[in-house]
Amino acid sequence: MPDTKQHIKLPEHSLEKRTTTLNLGPTHPSTHGVFQNIVELDGERVVSAEQTVGYIHRAFEKIAEHRPLYQITPLTDRLNYCSSPINNMGWHICCERLLHVKTPKRVDYLRIIIMELARISDHLICNSIVGVDSGAYTGFLYVMQYRELIYEIYEEICGSRLTTNIGRIGGFERNFTNEAFTKLEKFIKEWPGVLKEFENLFNRNRIFMERTIGVGPISAERALNYGFTGPNLRAAGVDYDVRIHSPYSSYEDFDFTIPVGSTGDCYDRFLVRNEEMWQSQKLIEEAYKKVQDFKGKEAEVFHADVPEYYLPDKKDVYTKMEALIYHFKIVMGEIEMPVGEIYSAVEGANGELGFYFISDGGRAPYRLHFRRPCFIYYQAYSELTKGGMLSDAIITMSSLNLIAGEMDG
Amino acid sequence: MSLTNEIIRQHLTEKFGEDVYDWDEPYGMLTFTAHKDLNLKVLQFLFDDPTLQFRFLTDLCAVHYPNKKGEEIAVVYHLHNLVNNVRIRFKIFTDINKPDVFSTTALYAAANWMERETYDFYGVNFIGHPNLVRILNADEMDYFPMRKEYPLEEQTRVDKDDEMFGRN
Repeated sequence: MPDTKQHIKLPEHSLEKRTTTLNLGPTHPSTHGVFQNIVELDGERVVSAEQTVGYIHRAFEKIAEHRPLYQITPLTDRLNYCSSPINNMGWHICCERLLHVKTPKRVDYLRIIIMELARISDHLICNSIVGVDSGAYTGFLYVMQYRELIYEIYEEICGSRLTTNIGRIGGFERNFTNEAFTKLEKFIKEWPGVLKEFENLFNRNRIFMERTIGVGPISAERALNYGFTGPNLRAAGVDYDVRIHSPYSSYEDFDFTIPVGSTGDCYDRFLVRNEEMWQSQKLIEEAYKKVQDFKGKEAEVFHADVPEYYLPDKKDVYTKMEALIYHFKIVMGEIEMPVGEIYSAVEGANGELGFYFISDGGRAPYRLHFRRPCFIYYQAYSELTKGGMLSDAIITMSSLNLIAGEMDG
Repeated sequence: MSLTNEIIRQHLTEKFGEDVYDWDEPYGMLTFTAHKDLNLKVLQFLFDDPTLQFRFLTDLCAVHYPNKKGEEIAVVYHLHNLVNNVRIRFKIFTDINKPDVFSTTALYAAANWMERETYDFYGVNFIGHPNLVRILNADEMDYFPMRKEYPLEEQTRVDKDDEMFGRN
């Protein structure tokens, strides 16, 4: 038998090492995004996990310091790209607060419809992926066609599907078409049945429950200390929701429930997201009813009357002097910006999406910081997975709903 | 009893006197500044005080003011009292040549990555941080890109090899 020691150079102490180091990612089918996890394994148990993020960092905060407000909207699309309309609206709402723009009620309700659709599509991806990672592919395939329908609604409104760049400061770029409302009605009618079916597949499924109950739990106290927000925090039992605590876009006109869990494990996170989808459905229905109640001229309103911030209609630009002037000023970034600083947050699909905006009166923000919920709660991953099985670590990751775009900013 | 900005201000002035200053309320959010050596004491007080209870660190970031000599870098904490639903903003300023600030990781687990991000982009040296290394940028980077002296790349530059980007 030849002496292997002569030919193969083993690292020092490698034979004494009791644990295995495993690289998950940066591109791995079970990581759902470009990020790396270096997991230290003892058998199949996770001893520690070290995360590397930043693979798709695009320096949005730096770019935003050199762009007029309306050019920052497409940057926000690319944060949490599973629900870009919420990011867009959050950004518009931040600018409107800074500029003291008051939006009409109809705009608020239309925004709520769009934001809740985005929330559904985001939670849908997350929950169905949790299913896939626990071995149940059916749900994922079954509900995907309704995400498609949501994307078609976006398409009717703004022309794009994933990175939507939807709306403007003060409202929307155009009124919703009849086709958009028809598609929305179809969604409202068919979606509850689909969601019910989806729940039937999972909620009391023995295998699914065994795979998720008690997996990746976090206590309310630790979750708060880790800066959790959104469904992940609510699954731990804290009923914090920006829509209730600091309402925006007329959420105070609506009656809805904030579901909370108790153990903060994967199963609770799954249930909280499911229930939030039901609540979103209810909100959409209510908002649509309120939108239909507007009669006459009011039913045509789709933006606030703020010519100095809202880009005028193209045909007015060619025919009216005033519109031409405003168009020029807005496009060249010459609008009057108040000096000040503001922190404005919306309830993103993953949690509190905040914009910290410092304006020095210039054409671009002096400083713009995005509070990206994913980035903040991902640091708890190591604590969540410690001592569990490797396969549980995978489910924990998907049930946290980590979106690489939001993490890297 | 709801917690108003006046009560918060009163509590802080009682405890720290003249060491907390620059009181302001832009868009309704109470904003104040303290000397940078006091940041942990102020944050701990805000955390522990039974009336204040600012226990949730919403956000931590830095801002660069190149014209403020001696206090070029601001570190901004956004804190949230979830019981009374009040937010405040707390700032400290530090010299860019000696950007040493005490780390709050012992108080908030959430501060870990936020401080790493702030270090990564502004070079704030958080003393006591367990693992202060770059997080979003490449490890071998030798400057802090969000500082104002680094401009965005010239959009019209032509000296780049387009073939490398799949264009020709």
